[in-house]
Amino acid sequence: MSNTARANILARLREPQRPDCGFNERDYLSRYDWDTAERVRRFTERMVAVRAEVHHATPETWLDVVSQVCAAKGLSNLLVSPETMLGKQLHAQADRFPALKTYDQPIESWKQELFYGVDAAFTGTYGGIAETGTLIVMPSADEPRLMSLVPPVHIAVLEVDKLYTTFAEAVQAQGWVQAGMPTNALLISGPSKSADIEQTLAYGVHGPKELVVILI
Amino acid sequence: MTSTFRQTVRANLAKPEVRANFYRAMDGLMTRRLDQFPDKAELERLRTQSMAIRANALSKLPELLETLEANLTRNGIQVHWAETPEQGNQIVQAILERHNAKSIIKGKSMVSEEMGMNHFLEALGIECLESDLGEFIIQLDGETPSHIIMPAIHKNRIQIAKLFHQKFPDIPYTEDVDELTQTARRILRDKFYAAPVGLSGVNFMVAETGTLCLVENEGNGRMSTTAPPVHIAVTGIEKVVESLSDVPPLLSILTRSATGQPITTYFNMISSPRKVGEKDGPEEVHLVLLDNGRSNIYSDPELLATLRCIRCGACINHCPVYVRIGGHSYGTVYPGPIGSILEPQKAGLDVHGELAQASTLCGACSEVCPVRIPIPSILNRLRYDGVRKDAANTNTVGSGKRRTLSEAATWKTWAWAATHPTIYHAGSTLATRFKGMLPTNLGAWTTVRSAPKLAESTLHQQVKNLGVDHE
Repeated sequence: MSNTARANILARLREPQRPDCGFNERDYLSRYDWDTAERVRRFTERMVAVRAEVHHATPETWLDVVSQVCAAKGLSNLLVSPETMLGKQLHAQADRFPALKTYDQPIESWKQELFYGVDAAFTGTYGGIAETGTLIVMPSADEPRLMSLVPPVHIAVLEVDKLYTTFAEAVQAQGWVQAGMPTNALLISGPSKSADIEQTLAYGVHGPKELVVILI
Repeated sequence: MTSTFRQTVRANLAKPEVRANFYRAMDGLMTRRLDQFPDKAELERLRTQSMAIRANALSKLPELLETLEANLTRNGIQVHWAETPEQGNQIVQAILERHNAKSIIKGKSMVSEEMGMNHFLEALGIECLESDLGEFIIQLDGETPSHIIMPAIHKNRIQIAKLFHQKFPDIPYTEDVDELTQTARRILRDKFYAAPVGLSGVNFMVAETGTLCLVENEGNGRMSTTAPPVHIAVTGIEKVVESLSDVPPLLSILTRSATGQPITTYFNMISSPRKVGEKDGPEEVHLVLLDNGRSNIYSDPELLATLRCIRCGACINHCPVYVRIGGHSYGTVYPGPIGSILEPQKAGLDVHGELAQASTLCGACSEVCPVRIPIPSILNRLRYDGVRKDAANTNTVGSGKRRTLSEAATWKTWAWAATHPTIYHAGSTLATRFKGMLPTNLGAWTTVRSAPKLAESTLHQQVKNLGVDHE
């Protein structure tokens, strides 16, 4: 059935004469000329506007910030990869944080715990977008897809030198097409929200209720 | 005879609460969209660019679909083609049966509404649960979406509070939006946890990389496409774009046009099922490509523009007819201006051709359309196709089916009179002279308006009296 459907649909689409729309150049790159400080300012402004927390830190102080955030939120545990560069540093000082958990097995064997027993997850990011206040997240074997989705709090680190002006700029500068797309790539702009009831914004619908971004 | 459409419209116009809900929502949406485009020149530049991206994709549609299929297949995503909603449903059914799945959790998908998938699967004993908050609410009430991006826009907080209390009597009654939302979160989280199959729509498909893109705020789309072991995506064949670099401008204009957001919370790009070594994500990803009349629309150079639509809903939000009659009045999956051009083309002018008449042709829809679909021109074209005599000369389904003898005769007589000066003069002079005897009841027009009154003398007489020479 499917093959006949495919052939029929394609045949019908080939039948009419199709106009050449003369669209070959793709010039989508940013017209903005924002320096680092401006990108940080815009990113922060946008993130805060959608109720995300943004903290500014340095390579020396970011662990303190994570520790303070965990304490302030009264987290009893934190999901962190022991394999990533940032995760290793965090695990090395485990006593400063709530109980560290690791996503070291397929979801099937610990789904119940992830869904109902994890307070927060910590991940790195692939970059950010200043124009819209957005994190670029490309989940991996070390930091799987559900980490940034299921726990009620998501703490993410964004390195300022990977903060681009626009989405188009990030795609080009990081060579997404050349590198090949990962299983899943995400743009995350704030905590989960909905305005489906009377256009009133409510946060924490299905994803994290809180998003904490630490800029380094 | 009064059509079902007219009856529904009349019934909905008599519901002040529903009308108020629509007015409030649409006013807010118009303002928020405007706030997102402070620079008019930038908006127009972006609209032209977005139109070009979509027109380009359509100009190469069969080739792009083949490239898309090849790249998705290479990435491990299984591609299925369906000419009709029935075929689409059967494809979904076969996948579910292979996994012995008795339920699915759904992210938002208008194409699944188009397929009537929930009814189809429920008849087979398979539970379909909508997980988008708006969709969840209307599903509780046994309704269909009244808007393509805000499905429960016709309900207010109090109505939703009462509905929740009726359906979940164990949970204390509340009118607090946050608490209502948290109730839905708790209920649906268990469902995401247990669902064997997740279903979603698609906003853009990228041929170049074999990527499915989903736009959403809540995270239910990510949940439905990540937590269950199988993900099925359903979408129309027109949603493809050529390259990844086409996506950022479309995403930007889509979210700003739709809800006035600079971007949504989540933009989800899926290019493959779970790979070896990855610890979550579905083991299987399927894409069902639905035609359902689209290839027929594609065959007409003028109507083709309909397929540029990126489903932002801006035309709906700005439509003076929609805001008054509400989304359910249309009786179709897609309401408002886009529905009024899409649905008659899909189902036929004999079935939904009346929707093309339900427009003031004010042009607000085409003025806000991010991909510049000339909706009023297409409405006019469909009105013409509906009554045209040479129906064989067009592919529009149901052409000529709305032609009535009396209307055709009236216009024929008018054309004859208007092209015969003697007759026309005699007629207009007579009408002016005996204007007191003209009927005041002109059918539907005069049920809500006074009949027009003729002037004391005809235009020709007035011009003559003024001494203006025709030469």
